[in-house]
Amino acid sequence: MSGAIYAEGLVKTFGDVKALDGVDLDVPEATVLGLLGPNGAGKTTAVRCLTTLLTPDSGKAFVAGIDVLKHPNEVRRSIGLSGQFAAVDEYLTGRENLQMVGQLYEMRAKEAKERAGELLERFHLADAADRPSKTYSGGMRRRLDLAAALVVSPPVMFMDEPTTGLDPRNRQQLWEVIQELVAGGTTLLLTTQYLEEADHLAHDICVVDHGRVIARGTADQLKAQIGGERVEVVVHEPDHITTAVEVLTGFGKGEATVDRHTRKLTVPVTGGAKLLAEVIRELDTRGIEIDDIGLRRPTLDDVFISLTGHLAEVKDEENGANGANGDSDAKGAAAAKDKHKKEAAP
Amino acid sequence: MSAVTRTAPAPRPAGGIGKSVRDSLVIARRNLIRMSRIPEMVLFGLIQPVMFVVLFTYVFGGSIQVGGSLSSQDYREFLMAGIFAQTVTFATAGAGAGIADDMHKGLIDRFRSLPMARGAVLTGRTVADLVQTALTLVVLALVALLIGWRTHENVGKILAGFALLLLLGYAFSWIGALIGLSVRTPEAATSGGLIWLFPLTFISNAFVDSNNLPTFFRHIAEWNPFSTTVQACRELFGNLPPGFKTPDAWPMQHPVLASVLWSILILVVFRTLAVRKYRSAAA
Repeated sequence: MSGAIYAEGLVKTFGDVKALDGVDLDVPEATVLGLLGPNGAGKTTAVRCLTTLLTPDSGKAFVAGIDVLKHPNEVRRSIGLSGQFAAVDEYLTGRENLQMVGQLYEMRAKEAKERAGELLERFHLADAADRPSKTYSGGMRRRLDLAAALVVSPPVMFMDEPTTGLDPRNRQQLWEVIQELVAGGTTLLLTTQYLEEADHLAHDICVVDHGRVIARGTADQLKAQIGGERVEVVVHEPDHITTAVEVLTGFGKGEATVDRHTRKLTVPVTGGAKLLAEVIRELDTRGIEIDDIGLRRPTLDDVFISLTGHLAEVKDEENGANGANGDSDAKGAAAAKDKHKKEAAP
Repeated sequence: MSAVTRTAPAPRPAGGIGKSVRDSLVIARRNLIRMSRIPEMVLFGLIQPVMFVVLFTYVFGGSIQVGGSLSSQDYREFLMAGIFAQTVTFATAGAGAGIADDMHKGLIDRFRSLPMARGAVLTGRTVADLVQTALTLVVLALVALLIGWRTHENVGKILAGFALLLLLGYAFSWIGALIGLSVRTPEAATSGGLIWLFPLTFISNAFVDSNNLPTFFRHIAEWNPFSTTVQACRELFGNLPPGFKTPDAWPMQHPVLASVLWSILILVVFRTLAVRKYRSAAA
């Protein structure tokens, strides 16, 4: 046992669905682990087990060096949890919400009040501090929820899809807060469906699917595993396709794929923008006219196609409502499975 | 250092009971603030019992015989303990709906991830409901006085009667808490919290003289915890009509003691079940 978050062989079954099927995790202090996976993969169930909300059927879990199963209340003193739901009381003001949480973390009333004020400032909620949180926008509520998780500056934080449903500006703000936290020594476990987010924030990434960790490593290692970036070219003349394939294969790290109908060629590469410039020059030298060319970063879909043979499910509104429920998380897994098949088919 | 990474203050030492009480009060305060921001809920909670008083008094008042009396004043006084008791049991639905709503919105998850005392979320909710019930009783008693309800005993006994009512209401709100934790939506908690209250409050002595019920129902009515509180209040308020024959069943003969025992039993059983359910709640 070493990390600030450590789990070994976590299993959790709901009915006949294995939401967690032997998950091992090890997160060193002051680092971020990104738990990456589609809906129903078991991300939320893992977080719920580690935050004492669910008891796993078997396995071990330690958070901040404390046994989660034996001493849940001590674990609760050391963690902050921010869910995909903004779990704040909508009839209480932002300030009242934070004060309440502070007092429940065993702060004195005065201390809780001061801390609430600080956090409201920090999260740009000071102007709305004395309005019921019912009147807040989605982004504001999410910030309030995160502030509530940070009331005692816990050494270990869990964030379950913190940016799902947020607009780019709010997402950016949240990313900044997360980076600041980790710089301050907080250990963070973050679940996300966005490779980009895991790439940006996490030191290590675990890809989960059907309750299992199917790949782990740094963002770079994972990307290398799924073939890195791709160059996509659309040639103007169908006659030029053969020559263009020759050029691309010369630069590529693998087979070029060709879609004759759209005249689109794709090849995995390493070397980034510099390589792209070389490809363009070479195509130009050979007199191949192009309609479009670009460097495409691997997407979550690429990770999933490459690792599991199926597409990751795209988050929709309805699934947001399922997320807080461990039970439907598992049911979602079954539904997500079916959906994957359908989406992967064409 | 910025606000985000501020050093955590040392938690103050937490004693078992002291912490329980403190956490419960924090949650009770939260629920009372909520109630004050949804005044229409409190208002509807008041309108219903007032409506029952008016309906029963003026619609049935002239036709229902209690004891040997057909006087509508006697029925009015007889009825009030029944309405009071019915009103406190309706707090069940409020507690259930509130807790189901907290589950649904993810707030119970938030609370369960905090280092709180075991039963504090539920205790806080039921205590807040108790405050609301007390408020409702005060308003209802004033309306009752306006339409001619009178008591015929000393203040001490009258207050004891209201204390029994509040105890019954508090015990019942734990049944509501258990229902709230067991259903998936606040709507289900509201209907699930109400539906069984109708047979419970009608197969009783609340609105009619239980002596006139068919034998099977009469036995249920006489042992019904709800009936014992009603009977106890009638004794304590001096509202038993002249010529009323107290049934021979033990709870009817010793209604105050029976009421206290029933309420404590319900409280202990349902508090235990609800707290256990809360600990394992997977929503």
